Amino acid sequence: MMKSVAFALALLALPVVAASAADAPKPAKQDWSFSGPFGTYDRNALQRGFQIYKEVCSACHSLYQVYYRNLEALGYNEAEIKALAASVEVQDGPNDNGEMFMRPGRPYDRFKSPFANSQAARAANNGAMPVDLSVITKARAHGPDYVYALLTGYKAAPAGVTVLDGMNYNSAFGGQQIAMGAPLAEGAITFADGTKATVPQMAKDVTTFLTWAAEPEMEERKKLGFKVILFLLVMTGVLYAAKRKIWSQIH
Amino acid sequence: MSASSQSQGPIVRWIDERLPVFSFMQHELHEYPTPKNLNYWWNFGSLAGIVLVIMIATGIFLAMNYTPHVDHAFNSVERIMRDVNYGWLIRYVHANGASMFFLVVYIHIFRGLYYGSYKPPRELLWWLGLVILLLMMATAFMGYVLPWGQMSFWGATVITNLFSAIPGVGEPIVTWLWGGFAVDNPTLQRFFSLHYLLPFVIVGVVVLHLVALHTAKSNNPLGIDPKSDKDTIPFHPYYTIKDMFGLGVFLIVFMAFVFYAPNFLGHPDNYIPAEPLVTPASIVPEWYLLPFYAILRAVPDKLGGVLLMFGAIFVLFALPWLDSSKVRSARFRPIYKQVFWIFLADCIVLGWAGAQKPEGAALLIGQLATAYYFFHLLILMPLLGRYEKTKPLPESISQPVLKS
Repeated sequence: MMKSVAFALALLALPVVAASAADAPKPAKQDWSFSGPFGTYDRNALQRGFQIYKEVCSACHSLYQVYYRNLEALGYNEAEIKALAASVEVQDGPNDNGEMFMRPGRPYDRFKSPFANSQAARAANNGAMPVDLSVITKARAHGPDYVYALLTGYKAAPAGVTVLDGMNYNSAFGGQQIAMGAPLAEGAITFADGTKATVPQMAKDVTTFLTWAAEPEMEERKKLGFKVILFLLVMTGVLYAAKRKIWSQIH
Repeated sequence: MSASSQSQGPIVRWIDERLPVFSFMQHELHEYPTPKNLNYWWNFGSLAGIVLVIMIATGIFLAMNYTPHVDHAFNSVERIMRDVNYGWLIRYVHANGASMFFLVVYIHIFRGLYYGSYKPPRELLWWLGLVILLLMMATAFMGYVLPWGQMSFWGATVITNLFSAIPGVGEPIVTWLWGGFAVDNPTLQRFFSLHYLLPFVIVGVVVLHLVALHTAKSNNPLGIDPKSDKDTIPFHPYYTIKDMFGLGVFLIVFMAFVFYAPNFLGHPDNYIPAEPLVTPASIVPEWYLLPFYAILRAVPDKLGGVLLMFGAIFVLFALPWLDSSKVRSARFRPIYKQVFWIFLADCIVLGWAGAQKPEGAALLIGQLATAYYFFHLLILMPLLGRYEKTKPLPESISQPVLKS
């Protein structure tokens, strides 16, 4: 009963709740290869972004909705995907003896999550929960711009701002204090294509990768949309002509 | 009984003599005498019907792949987006279709307000339309809960808690609605069941809405009754082709959202899986419910807010009597013609206020807009009916210009 009362009060308490959680500042608009009605994902950026996720983000952040087989869209071939999947050990089972066992990953497996459950994730991260990144660019206002701003937003706290213990100052984050430490450092990654691993470059690449992870259908959607809209324009034009012709008998 | 069935082949005639489907269609879709002067604002009724069919069709396919369980709902929606063939298309059509449905229906309602389509003999037609609106709101709300994102969960919590404002029995009613002591799996499962059921109830009321329409016949921009055959034209082909053209324009807008801005009308928080221990920074409903949300929050007292919000719709049921003017169309009502637009602007301001945090200037603006909403319907409309000097009506639809 107390719980229901608490919930009931939640409605009237909305102003209080709203005031306590500061909104993130509006991030600066970036130029993305996937922006606009004809935008596509830059395949090189996707592969670099995947490498950043694999070597940096995946230490804490899961990508639960993505399967290794999905990497085909990044330009990897079947053998490469099999090798990528096999680089992790996943639990399977039970086998005929009723026991769970470990085996190398296969293309049909989900991306392996770094923690067994959210409790383990919190325990390893000072009580903070590293969010799943599968749909992160859809789950934040101004998605890709926000993720980029966050990854490049680590700065020294301005004078007069006390950063709480275990927190970091980030100009893009709501409240400006984030539990996640700066994940990207200049030169932390060696890209196969020789691209220089600056923080803005890595932020851009990993954001492109995460946008793909959130909207793998985007290229197909925009391509089909173009055909659909074109068809509708022609059909509507024909219908308008037919309407004019039929109604000419009235006026 | 109809000449048409005799002109048809023997099979059609055989069927028609036993079950008059063909003469019914001939009568209601083909011959149905329609005022010749309907403008494009009259397209939105049939558009709403088509969107309803699109919603039901896409919804049936979504239901084949959706799992109504708190542990699986979010993931099953993501599976639809990623692994079901064209699942992303079906879901985006359904999600944006809800917004389009309300957009079309709101235009349809405001068209009725402008041209006095709620006045005698169309009061029951108006009532049935309002019942459809109420059912749509319930259906849309429950549909928004199904993906089990943060807004789903917290929206469900806030809205079901409204019933706790009922004195005495409020708490037991909320527990009964939830099927437990919080919004949880039983709530999700019953919402899914009802979300599947209510659209078919809407179809039933739409049928009644159409029966009432074909009994009272269509209103028209002049708001006067057709006097002779010269004032009407058969529905087919004139309005079928006009509706088809309007449908084409509408689909361009609809599909632009689906393919190029599929999440523009949604809230990003609903891509965060529901987390009962984390309250979102602000809980807001979808745009089409925002005006009512603003009215709800305009009153500092919870019961008062709930009563006022439901009152905002129920007062519309009384509109045919609140508006006592004998003249239907705003074209011949110089003052109403202006206050109509103020009322429309007021509803948009309410929508804006509903999206803001209820504090400071936004709260005050929401309260003023709420006050004006009821002032318009409860005070202005009866006064105008009594004191407004209306312009002379034309003699007939065919002769819109009054002979001096």
